[in-house]
Amino acid sequence: MAFSPQKKSFAIKDPTISMTTTPSFYETPSPPELVGIKAWLLTHDHKRLGLMYLWAILFWFVIGLTIGLLIRVELMTIGRTIMSAAVYNSAFTLHGVIMIFLFVIPVIPAIFGNFFLPIQLGTDDVFFPRLNLLSWYLYMFGGLLAILSLFTAGGFPDTGWTFYVPFSIGTKHNVPLTVFAAFILGMSSMLTGLNFITTVHRKRSPAMGWMQIPLFTWSLYATAWVQLLATPVISITLLLVIIERFFNIGLFDPDKGGDPILYQHLFWMYSHPAVYVMILPGMGVISEIIPTFSRKAIFGYRAIVFSSMGIAIAGSLVWAHHMFVSGMSDTAVFVFSLLTFLVAIPSAIKVFSWVSTLYKASIEMTPPLLYALVFIYLFSVGGLTGLVLGAAGPDIHVHDTHFVVAHFHFTMFGGTGFAFFAALHYWWPKMFGVMYDFRRAYIAATLATVGFMFHYVPMFILGLKGMPRRSYDFLPQFSQGNGLAAVGGILLFSGIILMLINLMLSFRKNRIIAAANPWGGCTLEWTIPSPPPLHNFTKEPHIKEYPYDFSDIPDSPQKT
Amino acid sequence: MDSAIQHITPYKTLGLILVALLVLTGITVGVSYLDLGVFNVPITLAIASAKATLVLLFFMHLKYEGRAIKFSFIGTICFLAIMISFTFWDVAFR
Repeated sequence: MAFSPQKKSFAIKDPTISMTTTPSFYETPSPPELVGIKAWLLTHDHKRLGLMYLWAILFWFVIGLTIGLLIRVELMTIGRTIMSAAVYNSAFTLHGVIMIFLFVIPVIPAIFGNFFLPIQLGTDDVFFPRLNLLSWYLYMFGGLLAILSLFTAGGFPDTGWTFYVPFSIGTKHNVPLTVFAAFILGMSSMLTGLNFITTVHRKRSPAMGWMQIPLFTWSLYATAWVQLLATPVISITLLLVIIERFFNIGLFDPDKGGDPILYQHLFWMYSHPAVYVMILPGMGVISEIIPTFSRKAIFGYRAIVFSSMGIAIAGSLVWAHHMFVSGMSDTAVFVFSLLTFLVAIPSAIKVFSWVSTLYKASIEMTPPLLYALVFIYLFSVGGLTGLVLGAAGPDIHVHDTHFVVAHFHFTMFGGTGFAFFAALHYWWPKMFGVMYDFRRAYIAATLATVGFMFHYVPMFILGLKGMPRRSYDFLPQFSQGNGLAAVGGILLFSGIILMLINLMLSFRKNRIIAAANPWGGCTLEWTIPSPPPLHNFTKEPHIKEYPYDFSDIPDSPQKT
Repeated sequence: MDSAIQHITPYKTLGLILVALLVLTGITVGVSYLDLGVFNVPITLAIASAKATLVLLFFMHLKYEGRAIKFSFIGTICFLAIMISFTFWDVAFR
């Protein structure tokens, strides 16, 4: 039975933390002379920037989610349901561009990374606070350009988020502005990565060795390297598309001696590592939540650290597995298929470590843990179906079908999406100092998970039967699966909206004040008040010999 | 590593590197007049790499930096090398 946050014991204060004497960062602008809206728009405080990202990213998430739902409603019945074929083409492109560039890539690093990376490292801010502010403005500017491209010069692209040539060169839709928006968003992502790497190296508490860094921060560190190294490749490639469109120089056009497959290489050199930019921080979140609610040191700390770096490296060697049917050489198909199987190893190490942490643990169910457990399940399904696609033989059968759609939604939505929901529920009390209602959180999580399964499992079957992705219409034998997916989609959508409403309700007047350490967590963010003071620590943080040492954490406040 | 300890390269070292770069440029020009068959391109590339290494080590201070900066730099080179060379699994076997 779920315990209620209304229990008096839930808001017990940790006697070692003085909540009343230190004003929170909400009351202390940085720089100090700024007041009102300026205190947010010109801030150097990593925590305020994290929250500014939170609201901006949630805005885009809801838009992307709604477009996704409309796509499924369109596919509920054969023929036109709610939109024309042309609108449908732009809708799935818009859904992809928003979800990839404006939601999944920045979501965990930009929100929780900005807020918690410096705290977990025992320091007061990121290394370049002004650059951090610039990253936020680049993100907002990129988003604005994406909106502009909807209403200018031919409307939003109908190419899919991959912008494959030669279609993206020839289409009348507004490809240049949209790819330029993606270019700007890439710059924002790179600067965040640069900031994180520098902060980990230069601003880490001097008492903290590499093997004392919490796993969430480790995952952000691995991610930051991928962001920094791979993003320039897509930036240049997108510029080349613009140049090709305006000047017809023949980089990708075979008639002029160009190579369309070269575009796919360049595109996936970034976009495959980018899926690890999307999933690694999610794995970091899960590596924090599982030990906290198991009341037990995480199993295989070092193995998880090295698997994060392993994923970052191996994930950069496998890009051409997206191109098995593109016409590239058979040798490349063989090599990239073989390499793809390597990535499964570090991912599996993480899953086994989480499950082993739960083994014989004193598990305490809470909404963040429920989301984390759903993550492990959905991500495992996503990962294993990835092997079907990574093996060149079966890939030829299911390439560009709904099987692929289901696979990457299991990893990106069931994985990163649910890790984001878990992180929201885990760190919400720390960020805002308020607690949400558990009952509604459980109902929302259950609704979203059940909806998710009904939404995406039929797509696996549709794909195996041969229904192509990005298709506006379908044959009668696919009716049942598409109908079921639409119903699942509506459930999923309702669950997520309920989850967001529940979180918003935590701000209502008779709010429940959260304790400094409501979960009994042992990383540094749980040793400071909720919400944290401006400089995070009022006294020198105590760095533990081992970051997941629960021996000095009192029993979870909920139990007392 | 500490920003307080700034390494200042003496003019003599900088001058020697400049001379070495000029000599290597001369060799590149000289080699272009010889017909070494398939070795022409590898030799020229090797000289160019040696020159780039000198610039990075001394003019750009990589020699005096901490391990983190060195590894970061070598990491970027490896990444670029992988991106280019792995594409040849496709291009060279079509």
